[in-house]
Amino acid sequence: MRGAANAPALLVDDLVVRFGELEAVGGVSFAVSPGEVFGLLGPNGAGKTTTIRVLTTLLPPTSGRALVAGYDVRSESLQVRASIGYIPQAISVDGALTAYENLDFYGQVTGVPRRERRRRIEEAIETMGLEPMLDRLARTLSGGMLRRLEIATALLNRPAVLFLDEPTVGLDPTARHLVWDHLQALREHAGTTILVTTHMMEEAERHCERLAIIERGRLVEQGVPAELIERHAAESLEDVFTAVTGRALGGAGAEEATETEGRLADVRAQRRVARRLG
Amino acid sequence: MSAHSAASPAASAERPRALAAGPLSRLAAGTLAMAQAEMRKLRHDHLDIFTRSVQPLLWLFIFGSALEHSHSLSLGSVEYKAYLAPGVMAQAAMFIAIFFGLAVIWERDVGQLQRLLATPLSRTSIVLGKAVGACVRALVQALLLLAVIAATGIGVRWSVPGVLGTLAMLMLGTAAFACMSMLLAAAVKERERFMGVGQLIMMPLFFASSALYPLSVMPAWLRVLARVNPLTYEVQGLRQMLVGVGGAGVVWLDFLVVGSFFAVMLAAATRAYPKAIL
Repeated sequence: MRGAANAPALLVDDLVVRFGELEAVGGVSFAVSPGEVFGLLGPNGAGKTTTIRVLTTLLPPTSGRALVAGYDVRSESLQVRASIGYIPQAISVDGALTAYENLDFYGQVTGVPRRERRRRIEEAIETMGLEPMLDRLARTLSGGMLRRLEIATALLNRPAVLFLDEPTVGLDPTARHLVWDHLQALREHAGTTILVTTHMMEEAERHCERLAIIERGRLVEQGVPAELIERHAAESLEDVFTAVTGRALGGAGAEEATETEGRLADVRAQRRVARRLG
Repeated sequence: MSAHSAASPAASAERPRALAAGPLSRLAAGTLAMAQAEMRKLRHDHLDIFTRSVQPLLWLFIFGSALEHSHSLSLGSVEYKAYLAPGVMAQAAMFIAIFFGLAVIWERDVGQLQRLLATPLSRTSIVLGKAVGACVRALVQALLLLAVIAATGIGVRWSVPGVLGTLAMLMLGTAAFACMSMLLAAAVKERERFMGVGQLIMMPLFFASSALYPLSVMPAWLRVLARVNPLTYEVQGLRQMLVGVGGAGVVWLDFLVVGSFFAVMLAAATRAYPKAIL
């Protein structure tokens, strides 16, 4: 694993996260190569967000190991945070600031040197196609524009790994495609490693080079989407999911998956996000 | 730095560039970035500061006029409105501070907080930055109130050191109460409960202090409460510097008490506030 050329951008080894009695993540392992778009796929409450929180150093793991860009999330958390971009599911740009001011703010707090800030902001504006909305207050932007703005704010420090938690929730199909197009372009041009969580099978199938299916805190299957479909003699990723978990995504039983991520407050917050984005 | 990080291509042997500056200059840069963002928000919505200034002016001119000739408030040569002015200024700043800190419960801030915690900013810097944001608002409001006090000829002793000291004390108190409310925010978490808790904290702090009346008119039990209330010391300091009267007498002691309160609240909020996202 430590061989220079193919060292993974992300390495998760037997990761466990417990909240008291509850095991939100129970021994998850996977690796993501530099420049890969990797999907974590699973229903609400499966442990996707908890995994991302560990990888972004917001939450310490109960046991196991995770390396991000070669740094240990536990002992080198500062270096991890300096190497990543993170876009949580909840809106993270400030509605009371303009799009440009948000870019400037995140440039400052992610430690982009003053001399380079303006140029990096210009680059991010171009990459994400933000030119027409720079002087508008973020709260007046549409859902798709908001997500693009958020991605732009996460690019300023040129992250080695970009984490996106359910980036397309609440977006209409056109906006969803646009977000994915921009993410693909980012990967192609900058070689940014992208880890994205989603519960939308069709998106994962189309846009992720590799993915892992996570269910009740456990990783039940991983691989290249087309290969997974072939291996399970399935027609789509949806069928693969049913085959490995014994149930349909979002179907009966999903709501009892865990109690940490499926609580009323979270559901309400999610709907609020969806409403604001929609 | 351990061997694996040096071997990773994503993270070259050197530290990430975002960490090139030392911890102290990063603390200052992060705090400044958040203060600047607050200033920009005020510029987009300057009406807010005016509407918030109505309440303290009502206290000053209605409550102040009503009690102007009350014999129980024998204040010697000082007119009651002048006596009241520092109390009302401190109270208005405290209101800003407490609602500002609790605003984290707003979901938009939860997304921002998640983002900020995943940047190289230190937790102290995040809490301090929010507190300075509250200070920016309180400062603008204080200048507005001082202008009204000057324009209406309330008998305040104007001096440059007095006004500067007043503003310094107000900033210190605002920062302390902002940290206190962030601490609360971490505990309360729910939007519905927040108004109630806010009022529950603010009203006793306000009434059990020397903001409206001297300690000497209080019953013994209330005096005990007022003596452990940091707002009492803030108001005493302000009154000394702005009006030339006040309870205990020594301004440095008032600064010391409010400063210590701030230090304790900053340390506690730094520990607790990041948990508001979980």
